Amino acid sequence: MSKRPFTRDQKTTIIYGVLGPIVTLVILQLWLLSATMNAYLGGDLRVAWPAAFFSLACLLLNAGLLRYVYALDAR
Amino acid sequence: MSRDRSGDGKRSPDGKPEAEQPPWRRDFPIDTAQDAYVARRDYAKFLVLTSLAFVVGQFGIAFAGLKRAIARAPAREVARVEDIPPGGAIVFHYPGPHDPCLLVRDVDGSFVAYGQKCTHLACAVVPHVDKKRIGCPCHEGAFDMATGRPLAGPPRRPLPLVKLEVRDGAVYALGVEDRTV
Repeated sequence: MSKRPFTRDQKTTIIYGVLGPIVTLVILQLWLLSATMNAYLGGDLRVAWPAAFFSLACLLLNAGLLRYVYALDAR
Repeated sequence: MSRDRSGDGKRSPDGKPEAEQPPWRRDFPIDTAQDAYVARRDYAKFLVLTSLAFVVGQFGIAFAGLKRAIARAPAREVARVEDIPPGGAIVFHYPGPHDPCLLVRDVDGSFVAYGQKCTHLACAVVPHVDKKRIGCPCHEGAFDMATGRPLAGPPRRPLPLVKLEVRDGAVYALGVEDRTV
């Protein structure tokens, strides 16, 4: 039995649901960038690389969520 | 009021059927639901691009930190002891020609040196040896002369500390230490 395709209203609801974590991750990245810049200007270089990799992980999560949103159109 | 129940038909902003819409809207119909769907999808795309920009910024900071860690400032003579009387101060540039620093001689004869850019908005700080302070005239910021730590005003971070050594009648700068607290 094949799955029924999503209606447009369902897709819109899904996008709203996906936007929640994306916005949260972007705000987290903004906080991380300002904290890292403050540490860098203060000469604390230890946090720069872990923060960069954590930010990259956030981007990959965001990209995965966006990929899912675009995959919805194919259904 | 008729509404599209399937969620896939065309829908006007007020939800009324097309026959009840004004002529201008019938001439140029906009599918509001589809418009909202595409707008949210594009918003998600914009946010992911913002996320990419943040990652670029993070790695930029990380590489700048790596570059700074590799490039160590060389020791250099910045002044002769007899050139600065107790209570006096001079400006010198260290480690590069665009890095102004302040060398202050306290009344007891000891030397301290800090980067001259205020940690608030990079105004040039000036010494007030009688008050044991270094002040920023732009926003009334003040730093402790002995430690370089902020005492008043908007600055939150200490001034960069220039490590000094006095030998053979000369003052040598050995390196710069940026600090957060």
